[in-house]
Amino acid sequence: MVVSTKMALDGAHAAARAMQQINPDVLAAYPITPQTAIVQTFSQYVADGEVDTEFIAVESEHAAMSACVGAAAAGGRVMTATAANGLALMWEIVYIAASMRLPIVMAVVNRALSAPLNIHCDHSDSMGAREAGWIQLYSETAQEAYDNLIQAVRIAEHPDLLLPVMVMQDGFITGHGLERMEVLEDSAVRDFIGTYKAKYSLLDIDHPITFGAWDMYDYYFEHKRQQTDAMSKAMKVIVDVGEEFGKISGRSYGIFDAYAMDDAELAIIVLSSTAGTARTSVKELRAEGVKIGLLKPRVFRPFPAQEFVDALKGVKAVAVLDRSISFGAMDGAGPLFLEVCAALFAAGLKTKVVNYIYGLGGRDIFPQHFAQVASDLQDITATGKVKSLVSYLGLRE
Amino acid sequence: MAIKLKELAGKPERLAPGHRFCSGCAEPIIIRQILNAIEEPVVVGMATGCAEVATTMFPTTAYNVPWIHNAFENAATTISGAEAMYRSLVRQGKIPERDIRFIAFGGDGATYDIGLQFLSGALERGHRFIYVCLNNEAYMNTGIQRSSATPRGAATTTAPAGSVIPGKVQWRKPLTDIIAAHRIPYVAQAAPSRWRDLMQKARKAAAADGPSFINVYASCNRGWRHPTDATIDITKLAVDTCYWPLFEVENGVWKLSYKPREKKPIEEWLKTQGRFRHLFQPQFRHIIGEIQAHIDEEWENLLKKCEA
Ligand SMILES: Cc1ncc(C[n+]2csc(CCOP(=O)(O)OP(=O)(O)O)c2C)c(N)n1
Ligand code: SF4
Ligand SMILES: [Mg+2]
Repeated sequence: MVVSTKMALDGAHAAARAMQQINPDVLAAYPITPQTAIVQTFSQYVADGEVDTEFIAVESEHAAMSACVGAAAAGGRVMTATAANGLALMWEIVYIAASMRLPIVMAVVNRALSAPLNIHCDHSDSMGAREAGWIQLYSETAQEAYDNLIQAVRIAEHPDLLLPVMVMQDGFITGHGLERMEVLEDSAVRDFIGTYKAKYSLLDIDHPITFGAWDMYDYYFEHKRQQTDAMSKAMKVIVDVGEEFGKISGRSYGIFDAYAMDDAELAIIVLSSTAGTARTSVKELRAEGVKIGLLKPRVFRPFPAQEFVDALKGVKAVAVLDRSISFGAMDGAGPLFLEVCAALFAAGLKTKVVNYIYGLGGRDIFPQHFAQVASDLQDITATGKVKSLVSYLGLRE
Repeated sequence: MAIKLKELAGKPERLAPGHRFCSGCAEPIIIRQILNAIEEPVVVGMATGCAEVATTMFPTTAYNVPWIHNAFENAATTISGAEAMYRSLVRQGKIPERDIRFIAFGGDGATYDIGLQFLSGALERGHRFIYVCLNNEAYMNTGIQRSSATPRGAATTTAPAGSVIPGKVQWRKPLTDIIAAHRIPYVAQAAPSRWRDLMQKARKAAAADGPSFINVYASCNRGWRHPTDATIDITKLAVDTCYWPLFEVENGVWKLSYKPREKKPIEEWLKTQGRFRHLFQPQFRHIIGEIQAHIDEEWENLLKKCEA
């Protein structure tokens, strides 16, 4: 029996609500637009005694992640939240958290990286952290951000993984957009995440452990191999947890959200909130007889390469939309595109794939942009030629 | 609180032998003195630096107590996270209260420079932890680069003595004063040559109901250029010249821990170390006078604070 309450919440408050229900032992965070609502709302939960959490109001994001590492090594559940410059400032410790195999969960409200200073949405912050060793889940809606955060706890703490998880939502668009969503009962969340017992703890004074010893060339490589092995086990855990979550919520989660993909000849791939606009456009294009579908990846790290190959078999032309640029990469493409290309190439697929950079610094994207993308894809299938590997949507040239 | 050598000798070592410090290094002496002085169970955090690399090269560790290294700048924050977790789990009844003391060690680079904001933040938040600065007045682990603790006139690899510039030109940062200005319960300066004083200070820090800080003078013979068996003598001289005064600030009250019977001239101390050798060249000799004047002024200021 699913017991939940329908509520109107924006993405940031939905994330804060999930954190309240998760009730971490320690939360260390620092405010930054558009994440601020999370840390403020959570502080209120603390002030009202609605959580048992020890909240550390640190003096910077670097300190937030630093405190999270100390707290997680001390054996309890640890969370934080940030965005953009905050994530950039904590960079060094983002890597350390993952490499020390500490199952920290972090809510990221995506925002453009400076310069120029810009507080609006793009994915340059979390995409920049894509090699840091964290599992990355992207959310389209406040509901998904809430659901993903709850699942993230289970994923991170899975004994085969012990990897930190970042849960993304789009700044302002999702973060500040009020939405009707379902909030689970506290007890349902509590039962789902269960209790956490760390295998090793700094506080186990009877069994002293050294955390963060340094390696020479005789061990570092093996430790990195263990880390990448753990990451390779994550996909199964993510899928299992997503299915189990479906049983308590009625909303099960997998690797993608596929829309109209069954007989699709053309496909659009896009992350997070833009998938909403894309879905509407695909629906309209379908009504016009265009055989187009939408693939919204939820998991970017680990990258679901084989799953992409399976999902795109039979598709003739694919448009990958990126909300960030991998500066200096092939034709200045975006990271999602580059990974999709690599997956298809490695599998020997000859599918034509093109890239669209969109939405940087919060620039809006509209249905007519998707109509443009669909028409480009139709040209590609008709002529067999790609005119432009990387294009821009909604940009004044 | 009396410290008895006999009792200490019978206690199990918290920093085990077999670590990889250079011989004559003051850091392991200080770490042992502090960890052995504290009677409660401890959890130790350590910044990147000589002490960290000398004690924990995987798969070995020299610690018989829980220990964590995170990064160079954030030992205070890391231990504050562990301390917060301890309070949280005890308050929730998830683990028993064990009266644990949380200690962070950082070099002068980690403390005076790159980690100052982290330390200040953790002190302001009031975590109950002891921060110990192992102050050897330069970045030794990376090869003797200047820090803001490096004294005026000392040669380092990033403030070398040349024919024109006499080593570091700036005065050292008055960090102990800066920490005292945080109005935390306990702040002290100590040196391993007066080991009983240092160990007593460690106990006071452990007893403080809030953050505490001890700045410990830690000779590095590699960086200071002196024989490996001169560590304690040179430290003694630093104290007797009033270059490194021993004092404590307990709940805002300044107290001198040791007053040399006869304040020795700084020149005596400077000439014990190769890092000051160039100061004895005619074109730089006037700097010795400046250093003496600076020490005299700081000593007078300290005496006033301690009398007030
Ligand atoms: C962010 C960062 N910057 C620089 C370094 C390189 N580094 C490692 S230890 C160190 C100096 C340590 O000096 P100090 O804190 O005085 O400790 P000591 O080795 O002298 O005991 C430096 C510069 C680093 N590890 N991390
Ligand atoms: S270089 Fe200096 S501080 Fe480092 S271990 Fe050697 S003597 Fe000690
Ligand atoms: Mg040093």
